[in-house]
Amino acid sequence: MKILYFAWLRTQLGMAEEVIELPENILKLEDLLEHLKARNAVFEAAFSDMKVIRIAVDQEYVTDNVSLEGVQEIAFFPPVTGG
Amino acid sequence: MIIVQDAAFDTGAEIKRLTDNNTQIGAVVSFTGLVRDFNDGANVQSLTLEHYPGMTEKELEKIEALALNKWDLTDSLIIHRYGKMELGEAIVLVVTASAHRSDAFEAAAFLMDWLKTKAPFWKLEENSSGSENWVKERSSDIDAAKKWD
Repeated sequence: MKILYFAWLRTQLGMAEEVIELPENILKLEDLLEHLKARNAVFEAAFSDMKVIRIAVDQEYVTDNVSLEGVQEIAFFPPVTGG
Repeated sequence: MIIVQDAAFDTGAEIKRLTDNNTQIGAVVSFTGLVRDFNDGANVQSLTLEHYPGMTEKELEKIEALALNKWDLTDSLIIHRYGKMELGEAIVLVVTASAHRSDAFEAAAFLMDWLKTKAPFWKLEENSSGSENWVKERSSDIDAAKKWD
């Protein structure tokens, strides 16, 4: 599964994207978030306030704790500021 | 039509292209968003727009489809740029064309309000002091989008 990071999340984490092999116990979005936060202090800090993070699963916004089965791409980013 | 590009665009030429040879159009409304020299009290020197290739196009297409469904439009165009832009450069263009003005006016306002809160773009400001700042979302933009719900 590909994970993308944008804007300040990208700079704070020091990466734009990564490909991870999901451990078997990670079934839902919340599981993935806990997995990422458990990596190190940088990830823990970046995902400490989920109010300022938006999530897209296969390029569609999600707000629920969706299943990751069959998912190709997940993106984490700050609220959008285009226009 | 939606276009996501790094190159600059010419608002006048785009409007002309959209309206030429279409005599059903009685009203054309356009909005152009520019890089201004201040934000949240800070001097802005230039702006860099990051986006999410793939999702950006999908979201803009969804937003345009909603407008075409809700209002009686003859045609519409959204151009949104990414990359680095200097002061005064155009960032975004929305054009709506209709037989009558009210549909064109309302649809243009809707397209801008919705794309500001849904299209995955992020603005990075470069300030005169040399520092960089990610622009924060504005509650006024969220409120503007909500009024179309």
